[in-house]
Order: sequence, then structure tokens, then C-alpha cells
Amino acid sequence: MKTPSSTITEQSMAQRAAEALDRAGFSRRDFIKGAGALIVTFTMEGAVRTVDAQQARGGGGAPAGAFGENAAPDSPPANQVDSWLAIGSDGKVTAYTGKEELGQGMSTAQTQLVAEELCVPLNRVNLIMADTSMCPDQGVTSGSQSHPANFNNRNLAGACATARAALLQLGSTQLNIPVGDLVAENGTIRSKADATKKVSYGELLAGKKFNLKVDPTAKRKPASEWTVMGKPIGRPDMAEMATGTFEYAHNVRVPGMLHGMVIRPGAVGANLVSVNEDSVNKMPGFVKVVVKKNFVGVVAEKKWQAMQIANQLEVKWSPAPELPKFDTFYDHLRNQKPTRDTLSVNSKDVDDKLASAARVVKATYHHPYQMHGSIGSSCAVADVQGDKATVWSPTQGVWHQRATLAMLLGLKPENVRVIFKRGSGCYGINGADTVTYDAALLSQAVGKPVRIQLTRREEMAWENYGFAFVIDERAGLDAQGNIVAWDHEAWSPVLGNRPVYSYPGNVITGFLAGFEPEEFRPRSPAPEPTNFSNNANSVPSYVVGHVGGVDHGAGTVKSERVLLHNVVSPFWTGPLRSPQRLQNTFAHESFMDEIAASVKADPVEYRLRHLSEERVIDVVKAAAKEYNWDARPSPNPRAASRPGFVTGRGISCVAYEGDNGYSAMIAEIEIEKATGKLTVKRIVVAIDAGPISNPDGLRNQSEGGALQGLSRALGEEVTWDDHNVTSIDWNTYHSLPVGFAVPKVEVVLVNRPDKEATGAGETAITVVAGAIGNAIFDATGARIRQVPFTQDRIKAALAG
Amino acid sequence: MSLFSLKVNGQTHNLDLDPTTPLLYVLSDDLGLRGPKFGCGLGQCGACTVLVDGGTVRSCRHSVSEVGNKSITTLEGLGTPEKPHPIQKAFIDEQAAQCGYCLSGVILTANVLLERNPNASEKDIQEALSHILCRCFTHTRMLRAIERAQKEMAR
Repeated sequence: MKTPSSTITEQSMAQRAAEALDRAGFSRRDFIKGAGALIVTFTMEGAVRTVDAQQARGGGGAPAGAFGENAAPDSPPANQVDSWLAIGSDGKVTAYTGKEELGQGMSTAQTQLVAEELCVPLNRVNLIMADTSMCPDQGVTSGSQSHPANFNNRNLAGACATARAALLQLGSTQLNIPVGDLVAENGTIRSKADATKKVSYGELLAGKKFNLKVDPTAKRKPASEWTVMGKPIGRPDMAEMATGTFEYAHNVRVPGMLHGMVIRPGAVGANLVSVNEDSVNKMPGFVKVVVKKNFVGVVAEKKWQAMQIANQLEVKWSPAPELPKFDTFYDHLRNQKPTRDTLSVNSKDVDDKLASAARVVKATYHHPYQMHGSIGSSCAVADVQGDKATVWSPTQGVWHQRATLAMLLGLKPENVRVIFKRGSGCYGINGADTVTYDAALLSQAVGKPVRIQLTRREEMAWENYGFAFVIDERAGLDAQGNIVAWDHEAWSPVLGNRPVYSYPGNVITGFLAGFEPEEFRPRSPAPEPTNFSNNANSVPSYVVGHVGGVDHGAGTVKSERVLLHNVVSPFWTGPLRSPQRLQNTFAHESFMDEIAASVKADPVEYRLRHLSEERVIDVVKAAAKEYNWDARPSPNPRAASRPGFVTGRGISCVAYEGDNGYSAMIAEIEIEKATGKLTVKRIVVAIDAGPISNPDGLRNQSEGGALQGLSRALGEEVTWDDHNVTSIDWNTYHSLPVGFAVPKVEVVLVNRPDKEATGAGETAITVVAGAIGNAIFDATGARIRQVPFTQDRIKAALAG
Repeated sequence: MSLFSLKVNGQTHNLDLDPTTPLLYVLSDDLGLRGPKFGCGLGQCGACTVLVDGGTVRSCRHSVSEVGNKSITTLEGLGTPEKPHPIQKAFIDEQAAQCGYCLSGVILTANVLLERNPNASEKDIQEALSHILCRCFTHTRMLRAIERAQKEMAR
């Protein structure tokens, strides 16, 4: 393995851990397998169930592998304590996790968790994240699954709780004191009665491993006893970030490293015709032109040389088929064949109930493709030599990257090491996976380490976009204005996805190099639902969600139908922060507001009337209380706030993925009538993520989610012409700058110490577009059913 | 190739460079600095911001020959983790980042504003940051940090 020449925080930590194990006489791999190491054994009371059985969690929509259930065969097993923890004879704790720091604060929270459950000081814990040579395979860091996976009674948390129980047992033997009379504290086991009778963890383990299965019934520390968790601990990486010394994937430098650039096709769907190497091979620093089917790249000694060579290289591409027309794309989606149809709920009486309803309300909503648009274009370093490869990658899934990279390079997976290095914030599958393939293909071709960072255009024009949506909503009302039936039908395009373990072609580089994306499997009509999943939040919060004889939903409406038609996308698609959930929630929450307005009901009261899940009800109430909501129907009868301006407020809420976090948001806006210019004055967001691990981290995520959601709601939309994406930089894709009129954002944390931990990174952003659209209606009486709510659209709505 | 004597963060570096090389690549590749980062290469986002003779410059858009022997300061030249500059300390105290990739642009731009106009209004701060992007949208915290630094630096 090559190591970067410079000091690297995480890398050095990993090295320190590995060196510590080397000193102990065994490799990390041996450590896990138990070969040659001394073994500490324990007798655990009760049957030790496998972790996997605990991990089979329905309904939450966890990405495959989040709980370690689909791990690569050579991953440190999720059901072994030693896969997660090592305690040195010096008492220092090394924790291994498959869940990464992506800027969301997860490394801080996980470090708190380990310190809390093991009863050691925070600074004694060293967290190693997502390195295939030593960390357990937990699939991808995504889908708001890090908290559910590692903070409930499994995986990292379960391992720590099991280890603490084991240390108490060991201490009992050593001190000859019953476990019940002992306490774990500050890295020691001591007598409750006599503080001088104590023994340290380091002494108890003497560098040995636990050799113990994770006990899913191990007693966790209740939130009431927390001393480290639940506290607003500052992020340890903050000082390095603020002083420009933190090492990102972009800063990895390996001895002998060359620089690569790629040349993407001239149009979507174009094939390579020819490459003229003579056009560049005399240029300074030239090393190689690399071609693999439609993949074209260059390698040079220096970055600037590689850029000039890439610009200069003569490449011919075949003509490509025309893209669907941008202006009529939503109609195109609605009429496209074939489709893959999915029913999430179907009470089979929706048509009858709509026919017999006192009144039917209907509306259609449109949501564009949006992009991750990472501030730093994606970057990776690869060192492929002979039959071995090491990559430093900001991928969200190191084991997925390892498996698919092995396919791409023709290597054995076990000969590929993927080391997670933090990149720019990704918010889902940005270019991280694809650029890692780029780096590896180039490195393999030259047999030397290669670094590549994509250009802004390559990042934006070829990433896996967040899904576009067309959504029809219909509701039947009774004579009292209550909803008696809800019908939801949506169309959404898909192509590619995360590469998971076997689809390099799910991202652009893999496709260009000859791998197909996961096959689109048409299916129509949709089969009747047998399991309830609200992973996409396609099921509105206001219906019962009746599947398999059980009500799983958050609402009261019994007559329900939710039907999705997926169609093939002309562009690559993939998870973008709150994938599908944000788009569906925009439609549901706008529609709920339209219904409430149509019966002249207060939007908060009307929501509460149709909700049954107390956790959604509570966040709605908490937001309304903080905002000081006065009950009245929309639109606002006193909207005129000052000459030429109108003001309004809107509410939106969600049970994220059905049961993975709860949020409600109230937005207050002002619009200049003559121009349609919208200013957000105030945002109140109430969040319930279960027991709060780090309140400041949760606030940071919620504030960021609120404002990122605002940017997506007000300006972000991927555009294209006949052959190419035209959103290729920050002038053609509109992100609100740091200097926009930033509203006050008030976050209300609803703590649930008695509940399981849920996700928290996507709950706030999910409700923004609904809240803003509803506020626009409240202020103006005009309903805008298409994101983004650009100034032109608002102006047009006001005029018409 | 040409010889350059670059003054960066108080040190002089003698380098033989293609004079057309954008300053960013010299700083990040030849000198191994981590503060300025490639974001767009178009001068649109601010991630590559450095100070040249005390003023902000987008280092992706200026060649090393344009800078010549002027004094360059990067984010790591402003302060260190152990001894951060007051504005860096304010960002740490306010926990004003998520991924942190954009901080060169945000912190250096705000610092120049506060140095030149200690009484900068909210509108002035907005104006100064109107062409800086943060895609984690840590905006509220960043603005709080800048206000905190303003108070701190006024003492």
C-alpha cells in the first residue's frame, strides 16, 4: 500500500491503528479472524442472536447493506464486537465504522456514541471510517440511515454496549466484586462502594481482542444517564476546516502521482469515432491518451498540462439521437412507454369513493431534475499497479466501489482497497463514484498513481440527477369537507443509480467503459402491494396506509391509491438528498393546502384533522406554537404588508420515509407584486429524530436542509437543448449564494429519548417546497404547481 | 518555463513554472497547500479564493505570472488550528460549516470586508458574499460567525 506523502488526519489515524496492531503482533485482518491472537472469552447470559436477524427491518426503506446484512464476504463481520472496536493496552479506543463523515457531522456523533456507551473520555476514541481493509461493510452512507444503523441496538452501538458488559464481567473477576456492585467510568471498572478498587480497560484487556458476538440485547445506557451523547459537542474537524488544513480527497498527494483529465462525449448518447493522439503527444508533460470503448482520458505530469492536453485533443464523436424537448418534457414523461408500475397502497374503492364524493379536488404538480452540484467538483486518486489497486475516494460506499472497481479493472475485489477520503459535500450520488473509476482507469493505463478532479462542466453535465416528477393528485371530500379518498399517480424517469455491488454502468464512466446500467424492467399493471414501504413518501401522511391487514400510515383517510410509473430517463439519475420523498412531499403538502383552502379551513387544523401519527402531529403543533400561528384559512385576507408588497405563511409536514424522522415547517414570505420577487422572512422548522445525539449537529443539519431546500425550491433546475445538458456552471444552474437575503431559521428540536434513533439529514429539506408554495398562495391567492418557483413564474401567476 | 519567487504565507518559494499556470495549481500542487480549492475553475464560486496584497483573488482565474512577486495569503496563512485568526475562531465557535470546502471564499472575503470596513452593515456583508457559494447552505451560521468576528475585531 502506498501512503500519501503528507500528513493526513484520517489516514494517519488508520495507520496508527494498524501500527498499534502490528506492534501487538497481528494484522487488522488477523485480528478480526482471530488467527494467532490471544483470545479473551466471556460467557454471555442468554442466547446470542445473530445481528442480521435484528437488522431485518421492514418499511423504513434502508438501502441494502445499511445494517451490514449484505456485507461482502471478507468484510469484518457485523456480528462481532472486534469488527467495531479495539481497546489498546494504553486504554485508547479505536472504533471502526462503515458510516462516513460527509460533512453532516456523523463522525462527531459516532465518536460521542462510542465514548458514551464505553464510558471513556471523548478524546480517547479514535474513529476509523470506511476503509475496506479494516472497517465493516455497511453499504452506503445514505438515506438518513446512519443513525438507525449505528445508534440503535445493533452494529456500532450494540458492539459498544456488549463490550461494556464484557468489561464489567472481566472487572468482576479481576476485582472479585459482583458485577452489580461495579460501575464503568472513565475507562475503568470500579467498585461503587470504594473508588480505590478499580482496574482500567487497558489492564483488563492487555491488548487482547474481545472475540465476542454483538449481543443485540446488551443493555444500552438510557438517555437519562448520558454524559457525552445529547450534548452539543463541537466538531473536532472544525478548526482544521476553518484554517484550511483539513485534508480532503482533493488534497491527497501520493509520491510519483500524475494528473488526469477526461473527455466526455460530445452529446448524450454519442459514440467515440476517433481519437488523434498526434494532436497532443508533443505537448509538455504528455504521458498518455487512454481510450476504453467510449471512455477517453489523458494523463500528464502536471494538472495544468493535463488540462491543456485535454482541451487540445482531437476527438470525434458520432451524432447522437435528439433529447426529448425541454419545454414539453413533462407531457413526454406522462406519455412515455414502457413503464414500470408500482402500487404502494390500493384500497380498491378509490374510484367509487371519488364518484360518490360531495366534491372532488384535483391538481397536477411538476418537479424538475435537480443536481447535487457539489461546490468542489469530484476528485479521486488511484494507484493501480499490476493486479492490485488502492484508491482514495469520497464515495459513499467503499465496498460497493471496491466490487465495481474490480469489475471495471478486471481485478479481484480482495486486491482492491478503497479508502474513504472526505470530499466536498455530496448530498447523494454526485460524481464521487464516477471520478474514482476515472482515476482508476487512467492509473491502470499508466501503471502509476493518478489524481483527477472533474471540471465543473463534467461534474454538472454528467452526474446522476435527482428525479424529475409529474404528479397527479385527486381527493374526494364529503359534505363536511373532510377527505374521504386520496388518489396519487406519478411519472418519474430513471436511468442508472448507485453502482451497488455489480453495476459500474450505473454511473457515466462505467457506462462509457462498456458496462450497461441496471436493466429497466417494464411492468404493467402494477402488482397489488403486499408489503408497506413509504421509502419514497409516495403515500401521503393523511391516509391509513393499509397493507397486509395493518394500517401503517400516519393518517385517517381509508380510501387510498398510490401508483408510480417509472420510465426510462434520457439522463443518469440517482439519489439526491431526500430522493423522491422531497418531490412527492411537495405535491402532497401543496395539495393538502389546496384542499384546506377549498373548504376554507385553517391549514394547520385541517392537517391535524387528518393525521393519526402522534409524532407528525407533535411536530406540526411544535412548529405552529413557535411560529405563533393564528388559525385562519388561506389566502391571507390581510396580505398587503406595505405598499406594493404582500405577505403570507405556509405550512408543510412529513413523516419522513413513513417512520424515519418527522418534521414540520412554517415559512413566512413577502412578494413584491410588480416584479414577483420573493423574499423569505422567516422559517420555523420542528424536527423529531428520536433521541438527540448532538443538538447542535441536528440544528446545523436542519438549518442547512431548510436553506438548501429553499435554493432547490426557488431556482434549481437542470436544463438541456437538443443534444446536451445546458446547466453546466453556476450561471446556468442557480444556487442561492451565501449573500442572499438569508431568512431567520428557527429550529425546534422535539427530543424523543424513549424512541429509536431516526435519520435527521433529510427531514427538513423534504418540507421546504411545500411550505414556500403554500406561503405564496397565502400571500397572493395564486397557486404555483411547478418547482422551481422562479421570479418569472411567480410574476406570471400573479398576472394570471 | 520561468523562474518565480513566490511569497506565500510569509515564505518565499523559488519555482520553475509554466507562467500560464493558474495560481491555484501552483499553490495546491507545487506547494501542497490545502486552503484554496478548485470549485469551478470559472471564478463563480469562491472556493479557490486567496489574498494577493491583502485583496481577494480567485486563484483559478489568475495565472502565476499575473501575481509575480506580490504577497499571497491562503486560508492556512491567516491562522492555525492552535492559533486561529479571530474570524477563523468565530467560525469554529459558531460551528459555521458542514463539509467546509467553501471556507476559503467565505472567510477570506468576509475578513477583507471587516478589515476595510469594521462597521460593515448586514447589507454590506450580504453584498460581499453575493458571489460566494456554500452548497451545504450553512449560511445562517456563517453570517453569525462574521458578526461575532466583527464584534471581536472591534475590541
